[in-house]
Order: sequence, then C-alpha cells, then structure tokens
Amino acid sequence: MRRPKGWLGALPLLAFYAFVFGLPLVALLVGAFTSRGEPTLANMRQSLEGGNLTSIAGSVQVSAVVALLGAVLGTFLAYAVVTSRFAALRHSVLTASGVLANFGGVPLAFFWVATLGNSGVVSGLLGLPTGALYTFWGLVVVYLYFSVPLMVLVMAPALDGLRPQWREAAANNGATSWHYWRYVGLPVLTPALLGGVVLLFGGAFAAYATAAAMGAGTVVPLVTLKIANALTSDVLIGQENVALALSLNMIVIAGLVMAVYLPLQRRSTRWLR
Amino acid sequence: MAAVTGLEQPLVVPSAGPPARPRVWRAVVLLLAALYFLVPLGASLWYTIYTPTTGVSFEAYGELLTAEGFAASLALSLGLGLATIVLVLLLTLPAMLAVRLSAPRLRPVMEVLCTLPLVVPPITFVAGLGTSLRTGAEVLAPTPFWATLIAVQDPAFPIVLVLAYVVLVLPFVYRSLDAGLRTMDVRTLVEAARNLGASWPYVLLRVIVPNLRSALASASFLTLALVFGEFTVARLLGYQPFAVWIVTISGSRGQVSVAVSILSLLLIWLLLLAVSSAFGREKK
Repeated sequence: MRRPKGWLGALPLLAFYAFVFGLPLVALLVGAFTSRGEPTLANMRQSLEGGNLTSIAGSVQVSAVVALLGAVLGTFLAYAVVTSRFAALRHSVLTASGVLANFGGVPLAFFWVATLGNSGVVSGLLGLPTGALYTFWGLVVVYLYFSVPLMVLVMAPALDGLRPQWREAAANNGATSWHYWRYVGLPVLTPALLGGVVLLFGGAFAAYATAAAMGAGTVVPLVTLKIANALTSDVLIGQENVALALSLNMIVIAGLVMAVYLPLQRRSTRWLR
Repeated sequence: MAAVTGLEQPLVVPSAGPPARPRVWRAVVLLLAALYFLVPLGASLWYTIYTPTTGVSFEAYGELLTAEGFAASLALSLGLGLATIVLVLLLTLPAMLAVRLSAPRLRPVMEVLCTLPLVVPPITFVAGLGTSLRTGAEVLAPTPFWATLIAVQDPAFPIVLVLAYVVLVLPFVYRSLDAGLRTMDVRTLVEAARNLGASWPYVLLRVIVPNLRSALASASFLTLALVFGEFTVARLLGYQPFAVWIVTISGSRGQVSVAVSILSLLLIWLLLLAVSSAFGREKK
C-alpha cells in the first residue's frame, strides 16, 4: 500500500525532468546529426573545422588558463586567510568569496568595462592601449574575478583539514618545510585542488553572459559566442544545426572534465571530516 | 571543527618557521588580492558618479528609476524568480521525501539527475530547448496542444523560462534540501505523525516543512539570486528580464548599466547573507 504511494511522490519531478531537460537534449542530439530531416555527419564535420574549431580551441585555452591561474592564486589566498590569526579577516574574506563567486554574468562585464574598458577609470590612469580589455589576457583577468573566490571556497575547508599535528610530526622526524608540503600537504590537498581546477574550468568554459555583455569587440573566439550567433542569426538555415553540433562538442568536453571531478570530490570530502 | 583548528593554528605557525617571513608573504598576498578585488568596485562606483563635463553627480542612480523598461524587466525577473521557487520546491520536496521513505534505491539516480544540469552548459541546454520548441510547434500544429505551447511562450510571462530555470537551479536546491533532510530523522517523524492519525498534507506542512525551514529558505534565496542574474537562456529565447535589459540599455547609457551592476552586486550580497543566516540559525 505504501510503496506505490512513495513512487508517486517522485513521479512529477521525473516527468518534468524528462520533458524539460531530457527532451531538449534529445532534440540537440538529433539536430546535431540531421540536416533538413536527413541523417548526416556534415554538421559535426563543419563544427570541427575552420572558425568553429578555432572557437572551441579558444574557449578551452581561456578556460584552462583561468582554471590553472585561478587555482594557484585562490589556494595562496585561501592559505593566507586560513592561517591568519584574525578571525574577522577570515570571516570577511570567506563571505566576500561567497558573494563574488556568484557574481558572474552581465554585471561582472560592466564592472570591468568601467574599470579597464576603453573609457574606463583605471585604463585612463594606466595609459592602457585601446582594446586591452578585449584581448585573451583581458578576458582571463575578468574571469578570474569569480574564479579565484570560487577556489578560495573550495580550498578553505581542505586547508582547514590539514592538522597542525601532521606538521609537528613531520618536523619531529626532521622534515623541512619543503618535505612537509611535498609528502604530506600536497598529497592531502590534491583531490580538492584538482576538483577546484575542474570547477573553475567548467565555469569559465560555460560562461557566455560576461563575454557577450562585454561586447562584440572581444577578439577572442569563444564557442559560446559562436553558438549564440548561429542560433540568433536568421541568415542561414543550416547554421542552426551546426550550432547544435557545436553544443554537443561543448557537452562532451564539459562532461569529460566533470567526469574527473565527481570521484575526486568523494575522495576529498573524506578529509573534511 | 573549524573553530578548533582555528585555535590550534596560531600556536603552530610560529614554531614551523621563522616568524617574520610568513607574515610578509601573507601581507603581500592579501594586499594584491585586495587591490584586484576592490579596485574594480571603486572604479565602477567612480564611473557612475563622475563625468569630466559635469563633475560628481548621482544622476545615474536617479535616471535608473525612470529608465524605460526598468520597472517592467524588474517585475518580470521577480515574477519569474517567485514562480521558479514555488515550482522547484513543489517538485523536489515530495520527490526527495518519497525517495527517502519508500524508494531508497532511487537515491543515487536522483543524485545523478540533479547534478547533470551542472555539467551541461546553459547555452547548450537553451540550444536544445529552442530546437525542441520549434519542432514541437511544427508537430503539434494540428492539435489543441499547440495553443498550450504558444501560451507557455507568452512574452508577458514566459512560463518556458520558469521551466528552464527550474532545471538550472535543480542542483543547488537539491543540495540545500538534502543537507536539511540529513539533519532530521524523516522516517521516524513521518511514521510517528501518521500513527497519530495525521493526514499526508498535514505531515508535509506541519511536520516536515517547519523542520526544513532554513534549508527551504536558503534554497529559495539561491534560486532568486540565480534567476535575477540569468542572461543566457532569456536572451537566446528572446525575452527581456532584468539581466537582458541591462545589456540593452548599456549601449546608450553606460553609466546607468554600471550603476545597475553595482546594485545587483549588493543584491547578491544581501541574498547570500540571508542564506548564511538561515543556515547559521539551524546550527545553533
């Protein structure tokens, strides 16, 4: 009597999920491999050549640089805060990280346009050349604004998990600071570090709003901009299916990267207890 | 746990190395971080209040209220946010309770399903959604469902955005509710209430929900924050909630768009403050 009732509770969510999330994914998959109703591999081939391939490579490069830089900088910042004696500093940095990690999208773009854009406040003071914000490194600087705080949020609990006793034990056994980090600290932190890198990569890779709001002046080819252009321009009918093929490529890349993260997350939570 | 290590660390750090050195690098790291994170804030603020011709004025913030489309897009975003909160809670809460009480084997499935929207980039989701809407319109054209499909896409209140946002916030809501449910013994509470003759709606509203208050609150605030800043899905489906509106006016009124950006940072901060205080109360 009770069992069927329980199933019923989960049914609306599952039905909703299949309809609103499953159906579009199926449509995406079908659309990527068809053109005007005919099955074809042409979309996939087109999505992997010329400007499309460049845009995928551009997105992967930006995301990889942001992930690695963000991970290193975020870890140092988290360590500086976690080992600090001032509880207020720790509290305020972690709170600010929570806010800034969620501060992406359109407002972030305008912040940086106002700061380092062509008529920005700081670019005038520094004498930056026109368009400096709209280069590869400009985009990296912008993306780091939400990536570093995210890394701080990932690393702070992991760094808290480093017991002082481990360091003392290592020191008692004659280990130097280098030995401690090489053989104790880093191995313990590795799952959290890699997990953070993957999260940062995923965030930068999927980001569209920031790049779009910064304006078409962006000279960095990004796959998200490419997909959006293909979907919104009514000029070419077949382009839409190429956009779907590009989307499929994105999902495959994001899925591969995330597949690394999930088992690692399980491992790293062990150290948080 | 965190408090304990917080007390222990100061005792250890000085003994581990020369005391002066770590302080120097820490100060350098913190200073650089402060520069990087605070300068854009200050610069944006300055950008909104200062122009070389008129000097300092707070006109941009006043202009904001009268700007065309401000009230409409703000109201749309708020409405979408509230509808998303209601729908996502109505869908997830019964499902999670059902899985806990009578189908525990379904739990890993739920977890994977509710994590997937994090892996799929929003732009690819909206590409598929747009395609299925168009295909749906073609396929359903001769049936009465066609009218439903059109009604869902009503520009005055696009329900399709609510549906898409529910998918996007599902991972966050799932985690938040899961954390809340972990703190209570759902099975015992439900069985006790049922044995005492409580009806299912009564159990849900008077037993489960009060115990989950803070988890529900934090899920709602997170949802609101996410819906408010959402740009990708709305833009590509051709609607104009708040985030899309900011971009539309940025061309003609740069100062106003930066002013709105500052205000939305404040809003996110307030919403997250509400989340953390909701969870903070629970811990005590």
